[in-house]
Amino acid sequence: MGAGAGAPAALEPGEAIAQRGHGRFGSFGGQFVPETLMPALDELERAYRAARADGAFRRELARLLAQYVGRPTPITPARRLSEAVGASVYLKREDLCHTGAHKINNTVGQLLLARRMGKQRVIAETGAGQHGVATATAAALLGLRAEIYMGEEDVARQALNVYRMRMLGAQVHTVTSGSRTLKDATNEAIRDWVTNVRDTYYAIGSVVGPHPYPVMVRNFQAVIGREARRQMQALEGAPTHVVACVGGGSNAMGIFHAFRGDPVELVGVEAAGEGLDTPRHAASLSGGTPGVLHGAYSYLLQDRDGQIRLAHSVSAGLDYPGVGPEHAHLAATGRARYEAVTDDDALAAFYELSRLEGIIPAFESAHAVAWVWSRRGQWPAGARILINLSGRGDKDVDQAAAREAPTAGGGAHA
Amino acid sequence: MPEIGNTGIERLRRVFRATRADGRAALMPYLTAGYPDLSQLPALLEALWAGGADAVELGVPFSDPLADGPALQGAATAALAAGFALDPFWAVLESALAQYPLPVVLLTYVNPVLAFGARRFVERAAAVGVAGLIVPDLPWAEAGGLRRLSRAQGIALVPMATPNSPAEHLARIRSGEGFVYGVSVTGVTGARAALPADVLGFAARLQEASALPVAIGFGISTPEQAAHVAQVADGVIVGSALVAALMKSPDRAAAVAECLVRDLHAGLNAVPRIRHERSTT
Repeated sequence: MGAGAGAPAALEPGEAIAQRGHGRFGSFGGQFVPETLMPALDELERAYRAARADGAFRRELARLLAQYVGRPTPITPARRLSEAVGASVYLKREDLCHTGAHKINNTVGQLLLARRMGKQRVIAETGAGQHGVATATAAALLGLRAEIYMGEEDVARQALNVYRMRMLGAQVHTVTSGSRTLKDATNEAIRDWVTNVRDTYYAIGSVVGPHPYPVMVRNFQAVIGREARRQMQALEGAPTHVVACVGGGSNAMGIFHAFRGDPVELVGVEAAGEGLDTPRHAASLSGGTPGVLHGAYSYLLQDRDGQIRLAHSVSAGLDYPGVGPEHAHLAATGRARYEAVTDDDALAAFYELSRLEGIIPAFESAHAVAWVWSRRGQWPAGARILINLSGRGDKDVDQAAAREAPTAGGGAHA
Repeated sequence: MPEIGNTGIERLRRVFRATRADGRAALMPYLTAGYPDLSQLPALLEALWAGGADAVELGVPFSDPLADGPALQGAATAALAAGFALDPFWAVLESALAQYPLPVVLLTYVNPVLAFGARRFVERAAAVGVAGLIVPDLPWAEAGGLRRLSRAQGIALVPMATPNSPAEHLARIRSGEGFVYGVSVTGVTGARAALPADVLGFAARLQEASALPVAIGFGISTPEQAAHVAQVADGVIVGSALVAALMKSPDRAAAVAECLVRDLHAGLNAVPRIRHERSTT
């Protein structure tokens, strides 16, 4: 048999990775974790199924979402932004959730499940700190012990969220391995789980990781789309476009899911960082290739030897070299399309939305706004665009101030 | 495909047959390829051979080794920073294995295999003389495709089992090749002050469940720990302790490796085996 030295470096995932199987979205997803975790994933899947089928669990979750998280969140018709872009734009206000972002929808659900499973200790990874804060918050609410893994670089960049987590009673572990960001915080959380699998619940913060996490996190976030679909009908009719930013992709899956059967265009907006033609971006679907990271087969940023590349985005929440496997599937089937927006354009949209609507968006959510903004004047008549405003920008104010603010008055609204 | 009788699977079988005939466990030290640098790989393999290793587990550096503790993470990070790449690695490994016929089992995470092309990866591995593959983030339930590709090249895709593995998993890996990699602890690689109290029972349970030899790894760092495990296990894997020693003295890597392996080997030779009746042979 030849050494294959001259063979092309083509990807041949189909030969090693089953095209269908347990926990797949098409060929994406699966369970690529150490054997130690397989019984834990089985246990989690069984517990999650049982909880979903249990009316008491569903009622408890609904009660907490209403009385604690502040759901349903409203939809705000963005009058001045609509005028500026030349289409009707609506904002699903996840920024008004307790803790300031959609992340809490998932952590309340998962930690209720953890408590039901009898796990007293909860671990989580966090990048900017939003999922860490949401986990610490739900842990405080439910009387569980939370330990959060956060990269050393993010601990320095997001000191405020580190204080918030500690104030909420969580322990924050600073991760010094690898790139010292979210990717390595996730590795460290998985290592902790492998070690303490018997008594520890791992609360993943996005629609990533091994099955059943992508399905479970999507289902906990799907309340966003269920509400929005109903609210849009009551407002001015169904949207023509649903737009959301995509890092791991939980807020996007959360709003897409209810609309999947409707004649609506679903648009995920990735972070193009300094540009897709540079190595400094975080757009796994627009600029990556298929592979396995953190337990799932999906799209990711990697070099030709399969080493994971560092992602870059001005938005820490999108600064991740992978993406949820269901997004890979939606991209492959064409049910959703994926675009990318640069740091500069996201920053500009951050200011536009602040000044036009009095809403300071998170840098992450500003990517979705920026894509809609980028097509101003070109929207077809009758376009009704629903943007998932996944979080508020308080956490990003320091960073925005540190960068030079664009001069006011630019853009079509002037 | 290597000539009949000399496939990787058969070479691994011969290793365990020989050590069993000697009444001892096989010693399987672990190295991170490319640490301290790739050019030292032949000298390191020679050192392990001279020290008495029966087979070698060779780690392919990966950027995100989520089953590894600090020592092996550190070595992989250093190897990648020094420019480790697969193409030169194959060439160096091929010439080294031509001189030192140690059965080598590659430990690689699944993504580098996919990126290289799974079929191309196992063909290349077989062509340079690799005997087996260990892929710690490819659980048996997901491993069917890579197993078929490996078997076609005479390479063993080594099944792993852990203290919390259910009986159904142990039953499923009966059909595996090479040996069963028994992970002694729930956790990542790395030295531990003490092995779990029931590590011998764990090894015996795996032997009971499988016709394959059982090698125990994770957390075995001293000759005493190796000897303890070797009372029952068919093979003993020592990884982080060796790599940590190399990281302390990277300029004397080969000498340090040979010395450490010699000590481990002496420990294994001295230990009386506890005989277990195997349900299968």
